[in-house]
Amino acid sequence: MGDPTSRLRAGYGAGSRHLIVVTAAIVLAGWVALRLAGEATAGRMLLWFLGAVIAHDLVLFPLYATADRVLRALVRHRAGNRVALLNHLRVPALASALLLLVFAPGILRLGETTHLAATGQDQHPYLARWLQLTAALFVLSALTYALRALARRRQSSGKRSERA
Amino acid sequence: MATSRPGPDAGGIDAPTSDADGYGTPRRFWRALDRHRPPGVDAADRSWRSPLRGPWLTAVYGTALLVTLPLVIVTGLLDYAAYGPRFDQAFPSDVGWLRLPTFDWPTRPSWLFRVTQGLHVTLGIVLIPVVLGKLWSVIPKLFNWPPARSLAQVLERLTLLLLVGGILFQIATGLLNIQYAYLFGFDFYTAHYFGAWIFTGAFVAHVVVKLPRLITALRSRPLGAELRTPRAATRPEPPDPDDLVAARPGPATVSRRGAVGLVGGGALLLAALTVGQSLDGPLRRTALLLPRGRQPGPGPNGFPVNRTIAAAGVRPEQTGPDWRLILRGGDRTVTLDRPGLLAMAQHTAALPISCVEGWSTRQTWTGVRLRDLAALAGVADPAAARVSSLERAGLFRTAMLAPNQVLDPDSLLALRVNGVDLSPDHGYPARVIVPALPGVHCTKWVAEIDFQGRADG
Ligand code: HEM
Repeated sequence: MGDPTSRLRAGYGAGSRHLIVVTAAIVLAGWVALRLAGEATAGRMLLWFLGAVIAHDLVLFPLYATADRVLRALVRHRAGNRVALLNHLRVPALASALLLLVFAPGILRLGETTHLAATGQDQHPYLARWLQLTAALFVLSALTYALRALARRRQSSGKRSERA
Repeated sequence: MATSRPGPDAGGIDAPTSDADGYGTPRRFWRALDRHRPPGVDAADRSWRSPLRGPWLTAVYGTALLVTLPLVIVTGLLDYAAYGPRFDQAFPSDVGWLRLPTFDWPTRPSWLFRVTQGLHVTLGIVLIPVVLGKLWSVIPKLFNWPPARSLAQVLERLTLLLLVGGILFQIATGLLNIQYAYLFGFDFYTAHYFGAWIFTGAFVAHVVVKLPRLITALRSRPLGAELRTPRAATRPEPPDPDDLVAARPGPATVSRRGAVGLVGGGALLLAALTVGQSLDGPLRRTALLLPRGRQPGPGPNGFPVNRTIAAAGVRPEQTGPDWRLILRGGDRTVTLDRPGLLAMAQHTAALPISCVEGWSTRQTWTGVRLRDLAALAGVADPAAARVSSLERAGLFRTAMLAPNQVLDPDSLLALRVNGVDLSPDHGYPARVIVPALPGVHCTKWVAEIDFQGRADG
């Protein structure tokens, strides 16, 4: 218990390297926060910083986890080596949601005037394009599902006729 | 019960750990906190069902971020350097010691900024599914009880808030910026620049603390074997000291290969819909959901515009036959009209125009070399040049050019592009184009260039 390293471990709960890097990160953030505190919009920045965490952990995550639970309840997942219909729905749905998340400003036409001033163009095409991409993703997934199901049926009927 | 599962023990040398039970000082306090489990935490603990969560999957996503995020950080800081902080024209202007050492942004290779900023934005977008996957893999920890067993864990949780808040903040502000939706109502530069430092500090701390765990986790399951394991054979990882593995995992609905593939596929999808904004030719249109996948029109001037003449508030009569270019060099003033400029030696160069928002396009520009104009103004060896636009307002009404940017043989006051006169939106009657210079500093509708000599610099 005598040497400083084990005393630090017992009291603080980790080694000195941990203490140094973690403290440095917090001090850096504190220094930046102090620098920004004078800005008129500092409160908004803080709001967006914390809001981003809340939006992810307490809105986005519960949202997609719940959606997945609902989907799983609807498509009873059959274990074993059957082709998973569930995943052929999950993948295009997730891909489409990802595109919406990333390209929401264009798709939902947020910032119409700044977009026009910068590019000389409006935001009209994006919604239709996103819908088309979504449709394409689902169609593609459905096609591969059908192909895989077909291949599997051939395989199993082949086995059956072998056995017969 | 979760309490019966192993607490943090000697996993990595620097992982939070003290005595065998993991409590720091004051032990009585930390133990009491652990015992006072609020209602619901045990139910929450049991509700995590995915058999995929575990150190290995977290380490795989973590490795992808560990390799790529430094590139995003460095290219972001280079963007700041490219603005020319020496001339006080990088934003935010007062950053104390929080910046790279000052250096003159080079003009060669001419695609330098195209690559650095293109990488910054493209990688930033492509990494979004990886960030989301990583967060998914560790999210149960957010609801763990106790939230900490020692001061070390309290401080580490705080850095995790900075880490997660930092990256989500950078992604959100960056994405809104490139799509011109300034919903946040604060200055993008200030927020994104300082946010980057908060994130970078937390990222370094996180890597230093977790690297030993990451390596053990990666070694725990050989990648090749894992990627060959089908869903039916997918089993949970053994219980881990970090509590990532679910207490009561359900059957696998996806293999680990599937989980890695899902994130990788998302990244590829975003890459496919983003790279187009940095490419010329028919592939440009593949950036289907981004503003810069579209060409504003046909013909030689039909490439993306940044800030239209209408938005800049430049009136057509200002750019008509009465337009004059004023060159200053010390006490000397030279005034030129457009025919006068066209009568000077013309130089043609194929140069990219690369926007700070990540998109770029290479075009063929023709005009007068800036160094010829400097000589005409009597300052053949300038210390700097201040270029001013007809624009009345706006952050980029004027731009300072460093000597290398004035003297490069391809640095032009362009009058024509792709064989025709510049269009009004591209800066008619004359605009600056300098190799590797961010687009916002390639001033359009130029009214005046003030070449500053070495003495008065
Ligand atoms: C880990 C994440 C990120 C870090 C550390 C980071 C860092 C930086 C830094 C230091 C700058 C220079 C800012 C300045 O000149 O004031 C910058 C610029 C920029 N970043 Fe990021 N960034 C990140 C993610 C993103 C993402 C995801 C996007 C967009 C999709 C993005 C878009 C931009 C843009 C458009 C600029 C140029 C701003 C301008 O000069 O007008 N960044 N970034």
